[in-house]
Amino acid sequence: MNLFENNFMKFRYGLAGVFVLVLITASGLITTSEAQIAVKGETVYTVSGDAIQNGVVLVNDGVIEEVGSADNVDIPSDYEVHEAAVVTPGLIDARTVVGLAGYYNQDHDQDQLETSNAVQPELRAIDSYNAREFLVNYLMEEGITTIHTGHAPGAVISGQTMIAKTSGETVEESLVDSSTTLAVTFGPSVGSNFESPGTRAKAVAVLRQDLIKAREYAQKRAAGEDQSRDLKLEALADLLDGKIRALVSAHTAHDIMTALRIQREFDFPMILEGASEAYLVLDEIKEANIPVVIHPLMIRPFGESKNADMETPAHLEEAGIPFAFQSGYEGYVPKTRVARFEAAIAAANELGFDGALHALTLGAAEILGIEDRVGSLEEGKDADIVLYDGDPFEYVTHIEGVIINGEVVYDGE
Amino acid sequence: MTLVLMIILVCSPVAFSQSTPQAFTGANIIPISGEPINNGVFIVQNGQIVTVGDADTDIPNNAEVHDVSGKVIMPGLVDTHSHVGEGDGGDYSSSLHPDVRIMDTIDPRSKEFRKVVSGGITSVNIMPGSGLLMSGQTVYLKPKPADTIEEMLIVNDETGIYGGLKMANGTNPLRENGSPGTRAKSAAMVRELFIKAQEYQQKIEDADGDPDEMPARDLQMETLVEVLEGKRMVHNHTHRHDDILTAIRLAEEFGYRLVLQHVSEAHRVADEIAESGAHASIINVDAPGGKLEAINLVNINGKALEDAGVNVGFHTDDPIVDSRFLLRSAAFGVRNGMSREAALEGLTIVGARMMDIEGRVGSLEEGKDADFIVLSGDPLSVYTHVEQTWIEGEKVYDRSNPEDRDYATGGYEIFRTTNMHIHGEGR
Repeated sequence: MNLFENNFMKFRYGLAGVFVLVLITASGLITTSEAQIAVKGETVYTVSGDAIQNGVVLVNDGVIEEVGSADNVDIPSDYEVHEAAVVTPGLIDARTVVGLAGYYNQDHDQDQLETSNAVQPELRAIDSYNAREFLVNYLMEEGITTIHTGHAPGAVISGQTMIAKTSGETVEESLVDSSTTLAVTFGPSVGSNFESPGTRAKAVAVLRQDLIKAREYAQKRAAGEDQSRDLKLEALADLLDGKIRALVSAHTAHDIMTALRIQREFDFPMILEGASEAYLVLDEIKEANIPVVIHPLMIRPFGESKNADMETPAHLEEAGIPFAFQSGYEGYVPKTRVARFEAAIAAANELGFDGALHALTLGAAEILGIEDRVGSLEEGKDADIVLYDGDPFEYVTHIEGVIINGEVVYDGE
Repeated sequence: MTLVLMIILVCSPVAFSQSTPQAFTGANIIPISGEPINNGVFIVQNGQIVTVGDADTDIPNNAEVHDVSGKVIMPGLVDTHSHVGEGDGGDYSSSLHPDVRIMDTIDPRSKEFRKVVSGGITSVNIMPGSGLLMSGQTVYLKPKPADTIEEMLIVNDETGIYGGLKMANGTNPLRENGSPGTRAKSAAMVRELFIKAQEYQQKIEDADGDPDEMPARDLQMETLVEVLEGKRMVHNHTHRHDDILTAIRLAEEFGYRLVLQHVSEAHRVADEIAESGAHASIINVDAPGGKLEAINLVNINGKALEDAGVNVGFHTDDPIVDSRFLLRSAAFGVRNGMSREAALEGLTIVGARMMDIEGRVGSLEEGKDADFIVLSGDPLSVYTHVEQTWIEGEKVYDRSNPEDRDYATGGYEIFRTTNMHIHGEGR
């Protein structure tokens, strides 16, 4: 990492107007070039299938062209060859706030929570995502190629989330999905950010009332009846119509049960996130058929996450509940966690290597609904590939290369 | 029958852990003070280390033998900067509190100590916060089961001292409405107090043992005299390269011994740190950012300082890094270019030196306290677990015990509700 990135970034922001044109032009050249790459790995984890010893991944025009054993795959002579001890699909952070919550942690770069109103589903992550944020690039250099990011927990509904690749100079260049979920919170953090709702019970009442309103809005919309556009109700109606999902943050067992109760009442598609005490209500989560984006495994055991358990991913797997990893939201130091590091802790705490790698790639892609594009090394998928000099979860392992959409965006230096 | 059982229950742990030799066989022993020993024999008795040897070492007939084949034994870890134990420090009545002792506020029964030993830590420097220029005296203790804080203290035999002095510079002690409001004022306030302490020290010298000539007792001055005499280490929270140099400048002016804590921009002034002779206790975190003056905290500090010839220790600053992940911090140092040897020393003997306790802990040597950990594998691997933690010959953590294990992994209602220590506040 460049130690002078700090000053460089200030400089870059200062000259943004001049630079943008240059960069767009430059990146356009890169993305339109037909990069043909062969990635050779002593071990290639495809995730969708068995690991391949002495494997090869061929990349052509941004997508994966062929995956197989070096014995069976011919590498065309004009392909640029990259080699590493270990190769995996690009890693997926299933819940973060990077791009909105900047690394300086000053007012000017903190856009993850709007506190003027506790229910603001109309706020779009795409309208505040900074593709050039230092931490986005930082995660990329740790092998994270896809992030599900957006507004933070802490409001009844804090806004919409989006999915992006960690390359690209603008949100448009990075975008995979512009509106993925509404970020909903059940728990004490809402009351600490707003005068009202100041209690968890009031927050639930406010949410139910708004969803009832939105149901009427959705019904009129479906019937083609005239009504004035209302961005808030539109977003909630989209939720009720199943066009987007609720990403519900809840940590304690009783808040998780409340989330499941409201989900049953309004029957919206839902992902549970945080879920520190998920291990107490596994049957209920399984019964509701709700996937879980589990809290960072190294979350500090305080407040509503005081009962967090590093073995929860293993329990989720055993229960047959789909789950993925996240970097989460951090208010101080470190300003973000790294989903790969969190998955490593799960791997070491009963989940094991295969389960952890699956949840960090294909499992996350399936939960987010992007498995047709990312999450495994399969022909036709986006060429998002990470190269390592050892076990991806070991503390001392280095990332030796990151490829996103067929482009080498990091070479390990 | 009941009485007999009670006697056995009360007496047996003492008999077991102290007079009966405990011999550990088959492990890869990392003594720190010497080369690793494959398939070694490690014997402790009466709370002390008796033997560190190879497979041919004689094991006393009366020893209790623990077969730990395939495991790793190394010294218990030393955390040079932590906020566990639910203690507090100085208040906002002023920024200078050398009189305040965190020792008077720590809860020896805090469940956090059980988490600490699950991470393999056997000696810890617990400090008050960094929101004041001097937030109080720190405490060096062992996180062993105890009813009183006194039982936990690591008291220096020569000086009777069991802690350092916490100081801070940079932005944390600055006040929007109050003093200090700037870095220069911070330094001036510290210098003024040390000059006062020099005068107090002079009065004591002039009294030459005559009680009638002694200055009136002053708790602040007494502590600072200990600092001036080199008996009490200063642990100085500092981030930016210029603040690091200011901390060194003041230490040189008054001749006190200095541990630079955090030293986030150490990589920018590594040579200057080396020349000053100050120790460096570093923290490694998952990502930079979150705090403006620490924005350049990157995990290359370990390598930069090692290359410059500085002794590097590690700290958790729990809760910034959880006490269960101190080994991970050292591994991150290695990932970023530190030597494995320096990283392991940083976890143990180097940290002990920063607390003046290297005569008792930090390496596996005959006569030292029997503080050690049994690991399932390589200390720097994510897959390795701390299986046992021993303090002074007593097992204080055993992962095979489900109740102990919960403190390593987390779980329901194991931690009593605790207040998270917030940086930037003095308490």
